[in-house]
Amino acid sequence: MSEKILVIGESRDGVLRNVSFEAIAAAKKIKPDSEIVGVLFGAKDLQEQGEEMIKYGADRVVAVKHDKLDVYTSEGYGQAAMSVIKEENPYGIVMGHTAIGKDLTPKLASKLESGLISDATDVELDGDKAVFTRPIYSGKAFEKKMITSGIVFATIRPNNIPPLERDDARSGNVDLKEMDITDIRTIIKDVIRKASEGVDLSEANVVIAGGRGVKSAEGFQPLYELAEVLGGAVGASRGACDADYCDYSLQIGQTGKVVTPDLYIAVGISGAIQHLAGMSNSKVIVAINKDPEANIFNVADYGIVGDLFEIVPMLIEEIKQLQ
Amino acid sequence: MNIYVLLKKTFDTEEKIVVSNGQIEDDSAEFIINPYDEYAVEEAIKQRDEHGGEVTVVTIGDEDSEKQLRTALAMGADKAVLINTEDDLEDGDQFSTAKILETYFEDKDADLILAGNVAIDEASGQVGPRLATRLGISYVTTITGLTISGDTAQIEKDVEGDVEKIECPLPLLVTCQQGLNEPRYPSLPGIMKAKKKPLAELEIDDLDLDEDDLEPKTKTLEIFMPQEKQAGRVLEGEPDAQVKELVSLLKNEAKVL
Repeated sequence: MSEKILVIGESRDGVLRNVSFEAIAAAKKIKPDSEIVGVLFGAKDLQEQGEEMIKYGADRVVAVKHDKLDVYTSEGYGQAAMSVIKEENPYGIVMGHTAIGKDLTPKLASKLESGLISDATDVELDGDKAVFTRPIYSGKAFEKKMITSGIVFATIRPNNIPPLERDDARSGNVDLKEMDITDIRTIIKDVIRKASEGVDLSEANVVIAGGRGVKSAEGFQPLYELAEVLGGAVGASRGACDADYCDYSLQIGQTGKVVTPDLYIAVGISGAIQHLAGMSNSKVIVAINKDPEANIFNVADYGIVGDLFEIVPMLIEEIKQLQ
Repeated sequence: MNIYVLLKKTFDTEEKIVVSNGQIEDDSAEFIINPYDEYAVEEAIKQRDEHGGEVTVVTIGDEDSEKQLRTALAMGADKAVLINTEDDLEDGDQFSTAKILETYFEDKDADLILAGNVAIDEASGQVGPRLATRLGISYVTTITGLTISGDTAQIEKDVEGDVEKIECPLPLLVTCQQGLNEPRYPSLPGIMKAKKKPLAELEIDDLDLDEDDLEPKTKTLEIFMPQEKQAGRVLEGEPDAQVKELVSLLKNEAKVL
């Protein structure tokens, strides 16, 4: 019997997040001949989500269904996950490095007394051992790391390991389980939606980021329009957040989020070293700034020196025409 | 209230990272309190000022870590503890760190433990949740608001831009996210007072641990720099011509549109 790798899937508004599929691809890289077991927790839509995981490469899915799993708590998900892990006795566990992944996996690793490699951007095999690449110092450097004993346990950074191609012909068993979930001490009273509709910053393929040069909260409006046209998300430099042009949750940099989209457009951002740490591993970087000496041009693939309030609307029109 | 802060020193964010002989060069680097841990120190002081009690700052490090502990004391923490592993531990990972802290905290009866959301060097964010799990207490990560009344904490948690309002009983461990507060700068009288505040130094032997108990579960094989990014092309001409050229380049050369 082949060894198993558990892939813990995660949904947002009832839809599986893309990183769940990327995690399946990562699991295949960790041990190509393993059985991939998707794992889901929730109160509804689990059958549909399970079938999605199978189409993206999972062999079968175990889904724990309980009203108390409708929203994430480390205690609820922790109990459900430990029960599945004990039953399946896996070789490895993979999950997305998302808000939930970051919160849940250290708890599981602690209970399992195992190692955990967080925020991996790549996996390769050295013999039969999985070697993970992960950024350190916010991407100023990288390390290669492996688990030396126990379960091969990792979280992967969204948007780095491509998912397998979806195969509608694949089928497999989605096993819906019920179990007791007890002793939840952290009670979620309310959720205030502040994140903009649509694409999450860390998962976005395109990021439009604004800096102090954007000058005001209103100044961000054209950036949101550009993001919408490109199907991307809006981010910001620390300067823009400190000046209250936007929420800290949009901050990209050494403090803040580290992003690696296919296309990063820096608008009115000077390019402090702390900001570069958060975005310089993006695949293609465009800088728009009126200061030709701005540091951001040193990492940009393409630069436009000019007035962003003139350039960005033109860019929106030009891209609309292309579409 | 019995309040503790987990603190780590990290490279100053201004520092360029240099790798030599497979190691990060740290001889001439400036070290600071991990920026996220500063929020934890500030919040601990604020909670103490409101509810009474004591703030103890704990770090695992080497003799140079005293500097960051003194800074935290100068900000207003009451006591500091340095768990010095320099002579005993060659390698450690988050498992080892959590194990040391677990042993330290076993008899401490902490009501509230605060840590940074992540350290900006290793950035695993594991140690806080691992420790809380070992201690059997609740934890909430990436908090942006904390109000305590009696034995209950009302928390605001940042979840990828959304805010969750959470209620949770003490004892509790939280990790601090940007937006929680504005860390103060140490005042001159604060710096003077900090010199006389208690700073205890422990080794793992004092915690009845030896190297075998702390054997890491992971191993770093290699450290390397990302490929140096070549400065690209700054376009020229009239703004509308530049924009047209940019879109064409993004479509045909970079193939991202």
